[in-house]
Amino acid sequence: MEAFEYARPASSREAVKMLASGNAEVLAGGSDLLQRMKDSVSTPGRLVSLRDARDLRGIEYSPAKGLRIGAMVTLEELAAQPDAHRHYRAVAQAAEKAASPQIRHVGTVGGNLCQRPRCWYYRNGFGLLAMQDGNSLIPNGENQYHAILGNSGPAYFVSPSNLAPALIAFDAKVRLLSASGSREIPLADLYVTPHSESDSEFSLKPGEIVAEVLVPPSEGSSAFYEVRQKANFDWPLATAAVALRMNGHTVKSARVVMGQVAPVPWRSPEAEQALAGKTIGADVADNAGKAAVEKATPLSRNAYKVTLARVAVKRAVLRAGVMEVA
Amino acid sequence: MATTPCKYDWPAASDRKLIGKRISRIDGPAKASGRARYTYDTNPPGLLFGKIVRSPYAHVRITSIDISDAQKVPGVKAVRIIQNEGTEIQWEGDEIVGIAATSEEIAEDAARKVKIEYVHLPVFVADANLSAADQAARTKVTKDDQQGDVEKAFQDPDAVISEGFYGQPVICHCCLESHGTVVIFNDTPSVKVWQTTQAVSNNPGQYAEVLKVPASSVEVICQNMGGGFGSKFQVDRWGIECARLSHDAGGAPVKIMLERAAELQVAGTRPSLYGHIKVAAKKDGTLTAWQSESWGTGGVAGAGVPPLPYVFTGIPNQKIKYTAVSTNTGGARAWRAPNHPQSAVLTMGALDDLAARLNMDPIEFLTKNIELAPEPLRKYYLDELPIARQLSEWNKYWHPRGQGGSGPVKRGLGVSVHTWGGRGHNSTCNVTINADGSVEVALGSQDLGVGTRTVINIVAAETLGLPLEAVSVKLGDSRYPFSGASGGSTTVGGVSSSTRRGAVDARDALFEKVAPSLGVAADQLECANGRVQVKGNSAKSLTWKQACAKLGTKPIQVTGKNPGECNLSSSGVGGVQIADVSVDTETGIVKMNRMVAVQDCGLVIDLKTAESQVFGAMIMGITYSLFEEKIADAQTGKTLNANMEAYRLAGIGDIPDLVVHMMTGPGYDERGPVGLAEPPTVSPGAAISNAVANAIGVRVPTIPLTPDKVLAALNGNEKGATA
Repeated sequence: MEAFEYARPASSREAVKMLASGNAEVLAGGSDLLQRMKDSVSTPGRLVSLRDARDLRGIEYSPAKGLRIGAMVTLEELAAQPDAHRHYRAVAQAAEKAASPQIRHVGTVGGNLCQRPRCWYYRNGFGLLAMQDGNSLIPNGENQYHAILGNSGPAYFVSPSNLAPALIAFDAKVRLLSASGSREIPLADLYVTPHSESDSEFSLKPGEIVAEVLVPPSEGSSAFYEVRQKANFDWPLATAAVALRMNGHTVKSARVVMGQVAPVPWRSPEAEQALAGKTIGADVADNAGKAAVEKATPLSRNAYKVTLARVAVKRAVLRAGVMEVA
Repeated sequence: MATTPCKYDWPAASDRKLIGKRISRIDGPAKASGRARYTYDTNPPGLLFGKIVRSPYAHVRITSIDISDAQKVPGVKAVRIIQNEGTEIQWEGDEIVGIAATSEEIAEDAARKVKIEYVHLPVFVADANLSAADQAARTKVTKDDQQGDVEKAFQDPDAVISEGFYGQPVICHCCLESHGTVVIFNDTPSVKVWQTTQAVSNNPGQYAEVLKVPASSVEVICQNMGGGFGSKFQVDRWGIECARLSHDAGGAPVKIMLERAAELQVAGTRPSLYGHIKVAAKKDGTLTAWQSESWGTGGVAGAGVPPLPYVFTGIPNQKIKYTAVSTNTGGARAWRAPNHPQSAVLTMGALDDLAARLNMDPIEFLTKNIELAPEPLRKYYLDELPIARQLSEWNKYWHPRGQGGSGPVKRGLGVSVHTWGGRGHNSTCNVTINADGSVEVALGSQDLGVGTRTVINIVAAETLGLPLEAVSVKLGDSRYPFSGASGGSTTVGGVSSSTRRGAVDARDALFEKVAPSLGVAADQLECANGRVQVKGNSAKSLTWKQACAKLGTKPIQVTGKNPGECNLSSSGVGGVQIADVSVDTETGIVKMNRMVAVQDCGLVIDLKTAESQVFGAMIMGITYSLFEEKIADAQTGKTLNANMEAYRLAGIGDIPDLVVHMMTGPGYDERGPVGLAEPPTVSPGAAISNAVANAIGVRVPTIPLTPDKVLAALNGNEKGATA
């Protein structure tokens, strides 16, 4: 790890001022950033800790406004929040399954939404696009965990956030804060697919941070399903979040968002269409899963992820419809 | 074992107060509470921190090294070039420059200032692909044998034949405590070393030879260690460099502990093994022929020849070819039961597939062919298989392939058998009985995790009729008498035998001193319940303290040795394991339901630490069966998962109910303690792979049994992920 300045301002306003200049990175829980620094993947000259920024904490719920989650809320706090469980089940399920208990106690909502890809090549210093001599190492490399959708290149990594697909299924917005003010954007728009080494996978402007997540009121049911080999502390191979608005026993409209399958959280209009107007059952869920991966273009070693993404969507649909799954 | 009685013989079952009982390890509280000190915890005053600059590339030649900027960093006390310009580097992470500085951060800063230039050479790491290795001229056939006539056996119209591909990749040891050393090397000369090592008594000579100092000036200390599994026998280059840095820094202590990435890159691997296997049996299940064409890598040097066919060595017709593959990866080291787990995957997988083809229950199939296993293993397996069958509820849960249930989750059971040698190693100990009654056993052994202190304590206390706490055990220092390296599952057999002999001789010496005051001959005395008494007559006795007081100013000091008079340890153990799994056929995820181990190790000294060894072995086995793989990128040669996030190990939630049954009693006890640590690590890969085949009806060719491979097998892509 290289030497760096450390700042711990008392408010988010002060924090964004300190982030405005120089090679600064924001420190929330640190479970991702510190590892990147130890591996020299990230070499910030200044760390600005948000630990004392109390305005970035807290979860509030009202039926009229919905859910507000401060960026510094830990995954454990979110997973334990009764309103999240009652009204945004997919979000609570995504939070309570993430990583390990230890990481959920330090990892924050903002950090989860903004964590960098786990791509092995990126983590080994080959850059976000894993380029060597002008070519990506991914198509002929160890791409078993890489993207199956949105992967026409040069970005092949997958967006690693567990929470993002679940929150996007509820049309969540994020409030972004910088020294020049604040703005709200749909969470889905936080994620972009980079096209060159100088691009970021986030639409954040330099010095801008995620301050809070705003989830509109929700009726209907939802679920999150994660395919993961180990019981704990393992990266999911595919995830799916499904939020349903119901009209009696019929689906009025659906949101289906997949994680770990593309450089961004991947919304599937095809699966949503397959659910609209239907009564949830095994066949309908199966069809939604198939529709979700219709356009998948697997790489040399990750065809199995197409199956896993399909199953994740199917099982999330069944769970949202309160059916038993394996 | 000896049939005529001998004075050192292990006590008869009816006389054992401690041996064979379930006794907690005596250093457990110190380890659990953090009081136990490891090499990592050793911080002598004035400690410097060592860092190694490593090659970031897998195959290069060094063209220039410039350490001048590193030397100028304030706080840097020594910089040494380990491998010079012109050297060909054969694996990523190889050591090039060593640095010692006043803090770890300064050492790292200086390491970044070392400038090394390289010329790139062709990289080869794709060991799973034999034809690619052939094309790259990276192969060497190291075994090509046959006996009998396999072709004739395969052509027999009555033969039932099974052919398949089986294998496993390179994995690492993943010791909880990484490799490392703290050294003080001054001009006295004196070399004092704290090292995480499996070979306290062997290491001083290795330092002495390279550093050109008398072996008598070297002391190696290892009071506690966080695992070795075969990877910590020798003095490594970083240990030697640590000593040289200390010398260059004027004799200041220097510490080098490997970072996790380096640990995974250079500190040892288990070789891969892949193979095409063809086996045949008569319709009644009698094995007639074995043909294997296998290959594997343990780094640039290739890998040793695996013992194929495993256990069933008496198959009459055999044709065996093995090819060692040279890759640009960190070298292999002994990994628990070297080559046995890999050979079990190939052999037991092939036999299980053949049993399925024969429509035979695999336990019946193994039993039917038990005559093809060498003596004395047959008896052990015949004893153990029925116990394993019962403990696993085999009759309830096993089913012919493909009948694992109607839902997406299928359950299945699989069996494997294994063996190991494990005769007690050479060991010397000093046993002292002091006039105040205190007793000490001291030897240059180490506790690799075995419970070495505990078994020594049990044997000494049992022999002297004392409670455990009356004996003090000292080990982990090369100043104590030579005791062998902890490898090959030889420690318990070795140290308990030397301790037994030493304690018997010390006891007899005490009897000589005490006999006159009890008015009988020395050979009429016994130690029991903390007293020295006339045999069978506790009324004519002295307390231990009273007896020892007769020593006056002269303690009893004797040396116990192994090997020695009376055969106290033997070789050759057998074990059986059964895995019970559930497989989600939609996701390819394998979950363990239960794992049963029935294991023999001759005489059990401590039932609890023995069972712990088997628990640990099964956990490690489940981990390599489901998760572990050292993944090198064919394009760059880089190990992509050299960290504990991407190199995955099982967590507590992945471990099922583990059932351990130790074989004890007649037929087992009289063989004395035999090796235990390694054998139960052998079968998990085969047993779990067989259980998955039983559950889903098809073979997943290679472990680890990850979802991609399970789904590929279910989709009829038999070659799985190694295509």
